[in-house]
Amino acid sequence: MPPEHESPLQSLTATNVVIVAGKGGVGKTTVTAVIARAASRDGRRVLVVELDGKPTLDDLLRSAGDDPSGGTLEVVQISAADALDEYLRDHGFQRIAKRLNKTGVIDMIGTAAPGIDDVVVLGKIKQYEQSGDYDVIVVDGPAAGHAITFLTSATGLANAVRSGPVRTQSDGVIELLTDVERCQVVLVTLAETTPVNEVVETAFALEDDVGVQLGPIVVNAVDDGAALPDVAAEDAALAEMTGDDVEVIRAAAAFRRSRRAIENTEIRRLASEMPLVQLHIPARLVAGLTSADIDLMADALTESEAASEADRG
Amino acid sequence: MADIGAVINNSCVIVCCGSGGVGKTTTAAVLGLEAARLGRRAVVVTIDPARRLADALGLVDGLAAEPQRIELDSRPGEASNGELWAMMLDTAATFDGLVARHASDPDQIERILTNPLYRNMAGAMSGTQEYMAAETLHTLHGDDRFDLVIVDTPPSRNALDFLEAPGVLARFLDHRAFKLLMLPTKGGLRVLGAAAQPILKAIGRVVGSDVLADAVAFFQAFAGMESGFRDRADEVVALIRAPETSFVIVASPRHDTITEAVWFAEQLVDQQVDVSAAIINRTQPAFGQGTAADARAAAKAATGELAVLWGNVADLRTLREAEHEVISPLGDAVGHDRVTLLPLLDSDVHDLDGLHTIADHLFDRS
Repeated sequence: MPPEHESPLQSLTATNVVIVAGKGGVGKTTVTAVIARAASRDGRRVLVVELDGKPTLDDLLRSAGDDPSGGTLEVVQISAADALDEYLRDHGFQRIAKRLNKTGVIDMIGTAAPGIDDVVVLGKIKQYEQSGDYDVIVVDGPAAGHAITFLTSATGLANAVRSGPVRTQSDGVIELLTDVERCQVVLVTLAETTPVNEVVETAFALEDDVGVQLGPIVVNAVDDGAALPDVAAEDAALAEMTGDDVEVIRAAAAFRRSRRAIENTEIRRLASEMPLVQLHIPARLVAGLTSADIDLMADALTESEAASEADRG
Repeated sequence: MADIGAVINNSCVIVCCGSGGVGKTTTAAVLGLEAARLGRRAVVVTIDPARRLADALGLVDGLAAEPQRIELDSRPGEASNGELWAMMLDTAATFDGLVARHASDPDQIERILTNPLYRNMAGAMSGTQEYMAAETLHTLHGDDRFDLVIVDTPPSRNALDFLEAPGVLARFLDHRAFKLLMLPTKGGLRVLGAAAQPILKAIGRVVGSDVLADAVAFFQAFAGMESGFRDRADEVVALIRAPETSFVIVASPRHDTITEAVWFAEQLVDQQVDVSAAIINRTQPAFGQGTAADARAAAKAATGELAVLWGNVADLRTLREAEHEVISPLGDAVGHDRVTLLPLLDSDVHDLDGLHTIADHLFDRS
């Protein structure tokens, strides 16, 4: 656990590689973008890694101009097929790589030695880390279910393959993943029952099976809007009012109180089940984020203090 | 509003697709519950191992790989002879069953099931989960206990994965490298002869010779079964594309999941597959008829607690308006009358009552 005086941004970017993971729909990509943007504004050289899938981070990180602090931000996409192809070329299989790809054998290698596709992706990330060109590499990781297979791929492969280039690659990846100075996983969740259950399960599995360091846990889209009056104060405020609006106001307030109550319960449960520092990213009143939202959220993260259970009434 | 009741009444198979975290499993369960209410014998197949659905359905021991009947209390004023069953997809066991069906003798089954390459494939090859979901769907469709199969698809990036997955093994068996492995040499199938091919030698150098030997043994064990697998895959695809199979797209009211849903819909349309309905979960409910701007103005004009209360109405309406804006392209893609919005509830769904509440919203009984 990081020392008390560390700011949230410092603890999120304390290692060379930060892998962001979480269940589908919790805002993993948003959190990746916010961390990356906050770090670049802090003057650091940041690389964002997007794993196969549609490129969305370019859009989210497209704010104008260089950071005045001298920080830089690059986005790169790594796909398993390209990484495997590159790996083969780099290891003296140039001639054969082309043929392998043509006949679709790369798929088959992935099946024959499961995890090899994940390991070459992690190997590529390690290569960026070793290059010295970046202060921090933020990885928009796979969804929670796949996060465990992704991160255990190297161990599995090292057990199956006793020697040769693949073994060397796996060993290097395991070294990176288990080095607390170099790598950590930041788990993302929402303050709702199912995502909290899943994040707790994933956290234990990652610690037990991978031995990877867990960074702060990020609770995304927390309602930080103005506190609502209690029902008695609401009655008083509405005493003079007549018409349909009274019911509208009451229903809206009751609805938001219920949603906040669920949120508070889940945040407390998460704190009691996972002894990790929690960081809260406030919800925005939008149905899709833009790079301007990410910039604002990054600023808020830079200024924020780690949330604790006691902050929430 | 989409007539989802008609979709339930007229389909033999309903495929729920959408990206991860949008509530596909819950939606599949709600459709199953409604089907039972309408008197059908429905089975819901889920790929989601989360306990939540089992809990919501009242299954204390969790979902099993075999269909289990769900106890339904008849609701007041309703008498129905419908049934609801539920099961969880067991990818590896389904694949084993498929091998057993196509193999010619117990020895062949044994050689395949114990081969490490086969175990990897059954457990982890991309597309296997979709393939086995489609296969399970086909088996249940032929099971007399059920007249409606509802399947919750794996959260793939690509809706077509599900349509194409049944061919995945056939394509695998068609790889040129494997043809080489299975090429009979003078002395019949000779492992060493095949492994001497340069391409295979290269693979062996990358992944190790043990792994290569497993691969060679796997393809030899599979010899003779390719056409059986291919025919079965064709049948499964035919069922998925049959007119009595309906596709329901599930999404949440967020820009990224809607974009993905539109992409799914377009792909299905390109394949001449009709999207019967789109269900958008967890949308902000309406509070009054006014706009967010009205409420914001009222908040400005008010003081003290009343300003805070109007501010709250404004917040909720702002979010609702933003959601409606991002949802609209999905309506353009599948037809606005086929899109149904389900409200975010003031409590999370954790039991049959919760599922009934969603069903009441979905079928306009709230």
